[in-house]
Formats: sequence, C-alpha cells, structure tokens
Amino acid sequence: MSELTLTVMRLGFLAVLWLFVIVAVQVIRSDLFGTRVTQRGSRREAGRPQQAARQQSAPPQQRQQAAGGRQRRNAPSKLVVTEGTLTGTTVALQGQTITLGRAHDSTIVLDDDYASSRHARIYPDRDGQWIVEDLGSTNGTYLDRTRLTTPTPIPLGAPIRIGKTVIELRK
Amino acid sequence: MSSTTNSPTHHTSTIGSIGTPSRRNTELALLVFAVAIPVFAYANVGLAINEQVPPGLLAYGLGLGLLAGVAHLVVRKFAPYADPLMLPLATLLNGIGLVVIWRLDQSKRLQQSSAYVEAAPRQLLYSAMGVALLVSVLIFLKDHRVLQRYTYISMAGALFLLVLPLVPGLGANIYGAKIWISIPGLGTVQPGEFAKIVLAVFFAGYLMVKRDALALASRRFMGLYLPRGRDLGPILVVWAISILILVFETDLGTSLLFFGMFVIMLYVATERTSWIVFGLLMSAVGAVGVASFEPHIQTRVQAWLDPMGEYLASRSGVSDGVVHSEQAMQALWAFGSGGTLGTGLGQGNSDLIGFAANSDFILATFGEELGLAGVMAILLLYGLIAERGVRTALAARDPFGKLLAVGLSGAFAFQVFVVAGGVMGLIPLTGMTLPFVAYGGSSVIANWALIGILLRISDTARRPAPAPASNPDAEMTQVVRPS
Repeated sequence: MSELTLTVMRLGFLAVLWLFVIVAVQVIRSDLFGTRVTQRGSRREAGRPQQAARQQSAPPQQRQQAAGGRQRRNAPSKLVVTEGTLTGTTVALQGQTITLGRAHDSTIVLDDDYASSRHARIYPDRDGQWIVEDLGSTNGTYLDRTRLTTPTPIPLGAPIRIGKTVIELRK
Repeated sequence: MSSTTNSPTHHTSTIGSIGTPSRRNTELALLVFAVAIPVFAYANVGLAINEQVPPGLLAYGLGLGLLAGVAHLVVRKFAPYADPLMLPLATLLNGIGLVVIWRLDQSKRLQQSSAYVEAAPRQLLYSAMGVALLVSVLIFLKDHRVLQRYTYISMAGALFLLVLPLVPGLGANIYGAKIWISIPGLGTVQPGEFAKIVLAVFFAGYLMVKRDALALASRRFMGLYLPRGRDLGPILVVWAISILILVFETDLGTSLLFFGMFVIMLYVATERTSWIVFGLLMSAVGAVGVASFEPHIQTRVQAWLDPMGEYLASRSGVSDGVVHSEQAMQALWAFGSGGTLGTGLGQGNSDLIGFAANSDFILATFGEELGLAGVMAILLLYGLIAERGVRTALAARDPFGKLLAVGLSGAFAFQVFVVAGGVMGLIPLTGMTLPFVAYGGSSVIANWALIGILLRISDTARRPAPAPASNPDAEMTQVVRPS
C-alpha cells in the first residue's frame, strides 16, 4: 500500500474522529438553553388557538371583561421583575391572569427556595384594576411591607415581593 | 433563566422549561456516524498491515451496526426521551476499541507470546452481552427510583462482590492483583466492575437521607466547614474498606475508584469543600501507609518514579527478588514516538509492550498510532460521556436520581483518569481497564449497564412534564360581586 494512501487515511481518520466530537458538541449546544420564551400574543394572532388555549391559565371570562378596561389611561401596561434571578423580565399585561410560583406551568416560573409552587396570582378585576392574591403560599406575598391576607389592588410601581423576587407594575 | 420581551407586537411571554424534543433521530444519525468511524479504522488497519481490506469488514460493520441498531430501537421504545449522545459515544468507543484490539491481534510479536489468544472476537461477544444487559436494564428498570428501595441490600451486595475474590478456591491471583474470580467453564470475572454500579446505588440512597446531617452540622474553621466527629463515621468506614481492598486484593485502582466515588458523591450531596480536602488527605495517608509495607504497591510506585531505571533493571535481569516492570517506560516511548499526529493505525510498534498491551496499556497504542490529536479526541469522548451524566444529574428532579447519575458518571470519569494517568505516568499505574476500549469482558459489560442506568435516569429527567390538568378550583373561585 502506498505511503500516500496511508498518510491520507491516517489524517482522514483523525479528521473524522474530531468531526464526531464537534458534531457531538453541537448536539450539546442545542441542549444548553434550559428555558424558552413563548410569545403568547403572537401565537394567538398566528391562529394557533389550541396552543394558546393550552397555555392560558386564565378563565376566558376574565379576559373578555378586562378587554374593556385595557385602554384606560393610567392603567399599567406591563409587569417588570426588578429583583431576583429573573430580573429584567417583563410581561405585557393584556387582561390575562398571571400566575407566579415554582410550578412549571406558571406564567412566571420562580426559581426560588422561598417560593411555593403556586405562590400568587395577579389578575384584573372587572373594572380593569389589577389585583394580587396570595394563593396560600408558605412564606407569603408582600405588597410594600405588608403581608397579603386578601386579594389587594396593586398601585402603580408598588413592589410585590415573593421570596427573593420583586415585581412591579409599570405603565 | 431570564428574558426580556419589549416588542409591542409580542405582548406576553412565558418563561418555561423547554418542551424537550425526544432527539431520537439525532441519536440515530450520530449512531450511523459512530459505526462508520470504526469501520473506516478497521479498513485502515487492514490496509496498513496486510495491504488489503480485511475480509471481515462487512461482517464487523454489520455486527457493530446491529448492536447499535438494537440498542437504538430499544431506547426509542422504552426510553424515548433519553439523552441522545450517550449511546453513540459509547458505541464509538467500543467500536474503536474493537479495532485496536484486532490490530494488536494481528501483531506478529504478540502472536509468538504464549499467552496469545485472539481477543477481538471475544471482545465482540462481550460487547454483545453488554448491549444485551443495557437492553434488559432499559426494559426491566422502568423507573430508577425503584433502586432506592434496595439501598442497604446494595451495600451488602457490593461488599459481597468486593469480598468474592478473596474467597479461597474462587479468587484468582493474576499478576499480583486479586480482583478476579474464576468460574470454571466461564473464565474469569472481575466483580469489582459490577460492584462499582451497585455501590453507587447504595451511596446515592444513603447520602440522600443523610446529607442534611452531613452538610449542616458543622463548625466553620479557617474557611472550611469542619464536620462533627460523629459525622465522620461514614467516610471513615468507606476509607477503611478501600484500605482493606488495597491490602488484601493489592489493587490500587479499585480502592482509589471506590473512595473517589464516595468523596465525589459526598461533595455533591453536601456542597462542602471540606469533604474533598478530607478525602484527599485520607487517601494520601492511606496510600502512603499501605505502600510502606506492600511490595506489589512499592513496585508500582517505583515504576512511576523511575520508569527508566525499572526498564533497565528488568532488561539487565537484576535478580534482587523484586519484579521490575518494563511497561511503564515502553508506554511512555509509545506516546513519544506517536508525536502529534501519530504513526497511523497499524503502523506503530506499541505491540512491543507485550503483556497487557490490549487491556491496561491500550491507551499507549492510541498514543502511538493516533498521536496526541487522537488521544485528545478519545479523552474528549470520555469527557462528553461524563458531561452528559452530570447534565442528566442537573436535569433530574429527584435527589436520588441526581446523586446516582453523579456517582455513576463520576466513577466513570475517575476510572478513565486513573487508567490514563497511570499509562501516561501522571500517577502510579494501577491495573484498571479503560472503559469500553480495553479488552476485558467484565469491564465492557458493566459499563454498558452503567450507560443503561444513565439513559434511564436521563429519560425520566428529560421527559416533558405532563400537561397540567385544568384546575377545577380555578373556575370555581371567581370573585362574584354584588352590583
């Protein structure tokens, strides 16, 4: 067998071996991103109702009622996480119920030892006023400094504290 | 886990865990690749040694492909969400190992030795048995948490397996280490390879229950958390057992592996660095202590400190009552003559190592014939398997599964380190086999079972959570206001 053929095979084999390693790392790369952001609004518009319906935890009735009040002035338009591991996350307020907790199907999944799996929810009442309600969590939900005992309206910019996470409603 | 959505058209966003696709097709594609590489290597060896494509090429390729195909179909059926990389990686390593064992079978020098047996067909048989074990693990072990029930039975089983080689009449002392048992008609078995898995089950079950006590009850001293005296009990017991293995079975590798695995799992369970410090100190004390009176270990340490001196002593036939080993130096020469790109498969002289060239020293053949580039790739393949194991542990939801995955992949990685480090002269050489690659039935079979358990855990971990049932309470607790 000629020297050249063997040299080509030798280098070719090393190349193929490394190619396998690189392909394997590419597969890992696609596994690295642990969470995804689902665009609910666009999903609905794109005409995929079954998916939207599955991910909507709010009762449909509430959504319709809130739709009227959405355009009000001074109404908050988004929810912002200001402290905690999810800092910077915003969720647009569209009249849907936002659930917070460690459960995977929550709107905002809290990775926090002090949060309960279904910790709290934020929803608009029929006037479009946003309400926060503690869902019987272990460590409580705080609006400013007070621990919530009943569903309470949220003033604009008031910090809602759940464990290490703080969220606010903003215009 | 953070994201920002400010676009006006996308109004709302959910941050949720990825609904992992099953990735089975990725696995299939990688498996085809992983079977093709050894077939290429096989043809390469045949061309280099005999100047012709080896006659068994098709049969070999089909055999390996069949094993991989069966494993893949079973994974597809019984563990559809399992990690897509572990099976191809293990298949590739096993295939390349088979090729290199076959290549050493072709060596004229080794064929003259009295201990020569054609190892490649046997290794293929062992691989088939290993895949069969993987298949039965996947079929019969529906949920890895079942193993948790057998925590203390595992402990007894592991101790039994470890003691087995010492039973008179059953144990076989081969080349100074008593880690084999000989079963008439079946050959020799290395129970320690299986004990590795069983022991991981025990450690995981035990540490899951005790980790709070081991982690929290401690005093802080110079930046380290010092555990209470009584919490040192478990690590002392495991240490004592591994020292006993070292003394009675004179096997440094098994002893290091078990102690190392326990320390890794203890560290992961408690998040306390102090356990690592204790583990290193204790293993150093133990190894030095035993080496001071055990001649078998002393030879190994001597060959590590002065390989050239040992080589010359062995060559010149110094008869001072001590066995001198040539292999450590020969392995280093093999690595050296391989250089960066190697001599090419079938064209090296690593068969000069002679004894154990296809088992303990198989990495030297890789070093010579594939060079630094090839050895790095092989080590990366091992690293990737370990990474997938740790990744599985991160994704697993139950603490037992987490600890078991860390323990198994930690033991796997540690074993590669002990063997590779020994052959390369980083640590004293120990008689252990390189997983999947080296010739040895127990090792191949046990490691396929290990991959099977990791696949099972990763299937459970990556399986998407069932869609939340619509909560009837949510519908009923709407606020109704009188208006």
